[in-house]
Amino acid sequence: MGLERRSKVEVRIPTASMADIAFLLLIFFMVSTTFVRYRGLPVELPRARKIKRIETRRNLVYIWITKDGKICVNDILTELNSLEEMMSRRMRENPRTIVSLRADEEVPYGKVSEVLQVLRRAGALRVNFATRRKQG
Amino acid sequence: MEVPTASMPDVAFLLIIFFLVTTTLYMDKGLGLVLPRVGQTKVVPRRNICNVWVNAAGEVAVEGEIVPLEELREEVARRLRANPKLIISLKVDEQAKYKVFVDVLDELKLAGATRISIASPEVKGGP
Repeated sequence: MGLERRSKVEVRIPTASMADIAFLLLIFFMVSTTFVRYRGLPVELPRARKIKRIETRRNLVYIWITKDGKICVNDILTELNSLEEMMSRRMRENPRTIVSLRADEEVPYGKVSEVLQVLRRAGALRVNFATRRKQG
Repeated sequence: MEVPTASMPDVAFLLIIFFLVTTTLYMDKGLGLVLPRVGQTKVVPRRNICNVWVNAAGEVAVEGEIVPLEELREEVARRLRANPKLIISLKVDEQAKYKVFVDVLDELKLAGATRISIASPEVKGGP
């Protein structure tokens, strides 16, 4: 006297749309991905509130200034003297260059100011002081 | 004749994992400023300039009066309301920390100042 199974409904998770979901996520990540281009130098960026995103990455040049005064332009370690030549060449290649200045928060302002003067002489006038977001 | 699609999600998920791992969030943000061109110095009427000084210790002074950083925004906003053509001239000591400079610049921007000039530190020995 076996109990008869009441329903013959097959329990199965439909997997047909799995691929669609996966591809949707895939496209999202593909679109939102940007790769790290330069490692730079280790700096602790200061924090600020009124910050803006730089929309175009293409015109961006990164300048790192570390606590001990090392300067690095797009992964090339450089000196203050050769910075001007380097930046004016960049400006000739792309006059729309924006400089993202990534200086450590402990750097004395004099150092930053020197770099800014060099940038001015080189004609790189659009500068963005890279910061992190401050809470509150 | 049918293309087998059973492993399609596997392929897709593999790619997802790749992109997840390699993704870095877009992090280029900061305070923008346009520097003046060399030799492009303009004479501005004295009444349209507001000097903001930062000394080596990180103290901030607006037109000669020391203002705590928390009150700087209100102070500058008040001056801007009184004179919308005001240009903020930010003068920071060489020895001051960059962090202080960014803090002050941030406060100025929060106060609504759009015309900010960052003067280079004065040459040692005075002008």
